Amino acid sequence: MLKEWNGFELGDWTKHVDVREFIQKNYTPYEGNDSFLQDATPRTSKLWQDVLALMKDEIEKGILDVETKIPSTISSHGPGYLDKENEQIVGFQSDAPLKRNIMPSGGARTVKNALESYGYELDPTTWKTYTEYRKTHNDGVFAAYTTAMRKARHSGIITGLPDAYGRGRIIGDYRRVALYGVDRLIEDKESQKLSLEVGYMSEEVIRLREEITDQIGALKELKKMALSYGFDISRPAETAKEAIQWTYFGYLGAIKEQDGAAMSIGRVSTFLDIYIERDLKAGTLTESEAQELMDHFVMKLRMVRFLRTPSYNELFSGDPTWVTEVIGGMGIDGRTLVTKNSFRMLHTLVTLGPAPEPNLTVLWSVRLPKGFKDFCSRMSIETSSIQYENDDLMRPYWGDDYGIACCVSAMKIGKQMQFFGARANLAKALLYAINGGRDEKAGEQIAPKFAPVTTEYLEFDDVWEKFEQIMEWLAELYVNTLNVIHYMHDKYAYEKLELALHDRDILRTFATGIAGLSVVTDSLSAIKYAKVKAIRNDDGLVTDYVIEGEYPAFGNNIDEADELAIKVVETFMSKIRKHKTYRDSYPTLSILTITSNVVYGKKTGNTPDGRKAGEPFAPGANPMHGRDLKGAVASLASVAKLPYQYAEDGISYTFSIIPGALGKSEDERIANLSALLDGYFSQTGHHINVNVFDRETLLDAMDHPEKYPQLTIRVSGYAVNFIRLTREQQLDVINRTFHERV
Amino acid sequence: MKGKIHSIETCGTVDGPGIRYILFTQGCPLRCKYCHNPDTWSMKNGKDADTEDLIKDIIKYKSFMQFSGGGVTISGGEPLLQPEFVIDLLQKCKSNNIHTAIDTSGFISIEKADPVLDYTDLVLLDIKSYNPDVFKDLTGVPLDPTLQFAKHLDERQIPAWIRYVLVPGLTDNEEDIDKLANYLSTLKNIERIDILPFHKMGEYKWEQLGYKYELTDTIEPSKAEVLKAQDIFRKYNLPIH
Repeated sequence: MLKEWNGFELGDWTKHVDVREFIQKNYTPYEGNDSFLQDATPRTSKLWQDVLALMKDEIEKGILDVETKIPSTISSHGPGYLDKENEQIVGFQSDAPLKRNIMPSGGARTVKNALESYGYELDPTTWKTYTEYRKTHNDGVFAAYTTAMRKARHSGIITGLPDAYGRGRIIGDYRRVALYGVDRLIEDKESQKLSLEVGYMSEEVIRLREEITDQIGALKELKKMALSYGFDISRPAETAKEAIQWTYFGYLGAIKEQDGAAMSIGRVSTFLDIYIERDLKAGTLTESEAQELMDHFVMKLRMVRFLRTPSYNELFSGDPTWVTEVIGGMGIDGRTLVTKNSFRMLHTLVTLGPAPEPNLTVLWSVRLPKGFKDFCSRMSIETSSIQYENDDLMRPYWGDDYGIACCVSAMKIGKQMQFFGARANLAKALLYAINGGRDEKAGEQIAPKFAPVTTEYLEFDDVWEKFEQIMEWLAELYVNTLNVIHYMHDKYAYEKLELALHDRDILRTFATGIAGLSVVTDSLSAIKYAKVKAIRNDDGLVTDYVIEGEYPAFGNNIDEADELAIKVVETFMSKIRKHKTYRDSYPTLSILTITSNVVYGKKTGNTPDGRKAGEPFAPGANPMHGRDLKGAVASLASVAKLPYQYAEDGISYTFSIIPGALGKSEDERIANLSALLDGYFSQTGHHINVNVFDRETLLDAMDHPEKYPQLTIRVSGYAVNFIRLTREQQLDVINRTFHERV
Repeated sequence: MKGKIHSIETCGTVDGPGIRYILFTQGCPLRCKYCHNPDTWSMKNGKDADTEDLIKDIIKYKSFMQFSGGGVTISGGEPLLQPEFVIDLLQKCKSNNIHTAIDTSGFISIEKADPVLDYTDLVLLDIKSYNPDVFKDLTGVPLDPTLQFAKHLDERQIPAWIRYVLVPGLTDNEEDIDKLANYLSTLKNIERIDILPFHKMGEYKWEQLGYKYELTDTIEPSKAEVLKAQDIFRKYNLPIH
C-alpha cells in the first residue's frame, strides 16, 4: 500500500479510480453545531486585504491586467504569487493575481474584441496564427450553421449559444489528483486506451482514442505546471495541505486550459475533510490551521478570472465564473454527508466576508442535521451568498456524489458532463405563434410561414395549437443548432484535462433551456381566463394586447395558472426529446436565465400578459414581479410544482425577503428560514437563491458603491457582487418582488 | 359558509408562532388613528370568500406549517365581526390538525366570541391603551369590552399574546403602561407581549381612501423609547419579546 494512504480504510478504491467509495469508507459525518469554528488567522486577514485592494483596482479599470500574445495552456504561464511567504495554497492562471488569459481556440475574434474593449491589442502573430493557420471553434460553427440557424440567432429566439465562447459546465473530478496522484491517473488512461484496440475502428472508437491520447498529454502537462510551483503531484497527497493544493492544481489546470462559461469545482469539502481529520487526529494540524487552509483555498477560487466581451457581460453580468461547490446532502445509506469541513467552507463567508464565488451550493435534505440547517440559514441571513438545491429530489437521479455545474445542473462527478445549450425564448415563440412566424418587432419572417391568429380576441385553443406548431419548429432547430456547436467544440476546443479527470465512458446530457416561462404562462392564462384583444399595425402584425378582466397569475399557488406552466414545460421538453442529439446525448431542460432575463426582455415585444415591450422577464422560473400577491410561500409552492422529470437540468428560483418578514428575533428568523426551505423542498421545489436584505440597502449601494465592496446578492442561480452589475440590472433586482409584509 | 375577506398572506411570521397562513378579514368597528390597513375597515369593500375554498387552499401549506410549528391566523379587520364565518373556518382547520390563532381587538361581546374561542388555540390581543380616555380617542370605541375579553380568555385558559403599539405622544405615557402591565400580571394565560413601534407605512392608504391621517407629524419611537416601555413590562416579570 502507498504510504500516502496510511490510516485510511482500504477498499476497491485502491484498485480502481473510485473517489466516492473512498469517501464513503473514510468520512466522518458531523451532526453538531458551529461552535468549533475558528476565526481568520492574522495571515489570512492580511492576504485578504491585499486581494481586496487588487479587486478595487480591477473594478476601476475593468480588468487589472491581461495577456495579449501567448494563448493559455495548462503550463504556458506562471508561476504567480500573491505573497509567496504567506500563501498556504498557491497558483494563479497567469503569472500575476487577477491577470487574465486569452484562449483563442474558442474564437479569435471574440478574444480580439474583448481585448480591444479594454484598450488592449491582440498580438498580430497570434491573430495570424488563429485566422490563417489554425481554425477555431467559432469558425467551425459558422461554417456549418444553416440559414435558419443564423436567423434564429439573430432574431433572439435562441440566445446565449456557446458558439463563440467556451461551453463550460464540465466538472473534472479534481479530487482524483489528490487521492491517486497524476501518475496513477495516466496509467489508468493508458489502460483505457488499450481497451480500445478493438476489431472495428468505428468513428466512435477513433474519436475516443484520440481524445484519451489528448487527455494523457494534459495530465503530463498538469504535472509540469505543478512542478513550476515546486510540487510533485505525480504521487498522491500526503497531508491535508497537500490534498487541498493537489485538488486546486487539478482545477487550476482546467481554468488555464478552458474559459468555459461555468467552471465549477464539484464537491470537494467533504472529501478534503477526510485529510483534515486525519491530520487533526495525528496532531499535525490545528483547527485554526485547518480553517486557514480552507480560507486560502477559497481565496484562490475567488480570484478566478476570464476575459469576456461586453456583449457576454450583458448576458452574464458581474464577471461570474461559477466556481460552484456543493456542500452537504445525504448519502444513499442514510448518513449525512455534512462534515466539519462543510461548516469550514461556509465559514469562509465570515473569515473572508461575503462573496459571489465560489458559488456555495447547499444540498438540502429535510433529514440534514439541525445544527447544519440552522448554520446555513444564519449564514444566508447574514450574507445572502448561498443557494440551496433539493438533494432529496436529485439523489434518486444522480446518487450521492454529484456536483452542480454552473447554477442548477446536476452531474455525477467524473462520470457525467453536459453539452451546454443556453436557452430558447418561449415568450417570443408565443408571439411568433400569434403572428404566423414573423418577428413581432421587425415583422421579418423568422419561422416558416404558419397561419397567424386572425381573430380580434385571442382564443385559447387557437393560440395553443399555433404555439405547439412553433414549438415543434423551434425544438428541432434548437437541437440541430446545438448539434453543430458541440460537434465543433469537441473538434476545436476539446476539454482535455477536465475529461482526463472523468471515466472512459460517461453520460453526456444535452442541456436545452427556456426563458420567459412566467410571461408565457400568464399570457396563456390571460387568454384563457380573461379576454385579450389583439392590436394590429398597418402591416397586420399583432404588436400589442388589451386585457379585459382579471386572470390568475403564476406564483399564487392557483392550479389554473400553475398547470399552464407545467403544460408548457412538458410540451416543449417532449418536443426536444423527439430529435437525434449529438453523441447520442441525453436531452434535458433548464428553467434558468442567469441575468439574461433583462436582455431577453429587451428583445421581446409586448406580450399578452400585459408586460410591455422591452421590460425584463422574471429570472429563471420566478413569477413575474408584482403579480405574486399571496406572499412568499404561495410563490414557492407554485414554483415547486414545475416538474423536475421534464426539467432535469434544473429549475431556478430567486427569492428576496427583508429580515423583518422572516420573524422578529434572530432565532425566529433562522428557524423560519430553515422551515421555509424544508417546506419548499418537501414539495419538490428544485432550487432557491436566498437573499435577505432591505431594498434600502440596495438603493444606498447604487449611490455609494464604495461603502459596499463585498455586498453580495443571489441572482438567477449564482451570486454577484452587487456593485459590479450595470445600473439597468441593479434596477431590475430592486424592482423585483421583495417579500416584505410584516 | 361565506364571508368577506381583504387578502391572504401565506408567509406570515410575526402573527403567531412559525410560518402562518394569514387571512385578513374585511370590516372593523374600530377606527384606530395609526391603523396601517384602513382599507379593511368598511364591510362594503373586500372580496367574498367561501370557507370550503379557503380550507382547500390552507391545506396546501400544511407542510410549511408543520416544519415551522406554524398554522393559521385570522386577522383583519376584526375577525370577530364575522363570527359564523370564522367559526366555520377554524373548525375546519382544527379537524385538519392545524394550529389556529385570531388577531383581535377584543371589542366584542363574550357571547358572540365564545363559540369562536372553542376552536382557537391562541389569541393575539391588541390592547391599544389602558387609559379609557386615550383608548376612546385613539379607536373611537370604549376600552371596557377589551379588558373583559382579556379576563375571559384567562378564565378559559386560552393562551394569549398581547400586542401594544407604542405611539409617541399617544400611548407612551409611563403611568398608563405601568397600569396595563400591572393588570396583565394578574392574568395567567399571557405567553408573550410584543411592543410594536408605531410606523407610517400605511399612511399612503389613508390618502388613497380620502381619509385624513392625523399622525403625519408623529415620529416613530426611538429604540430607547421601545426599550423603556419593555422594561416596564419586565418589572412585572411579563414575557416581553
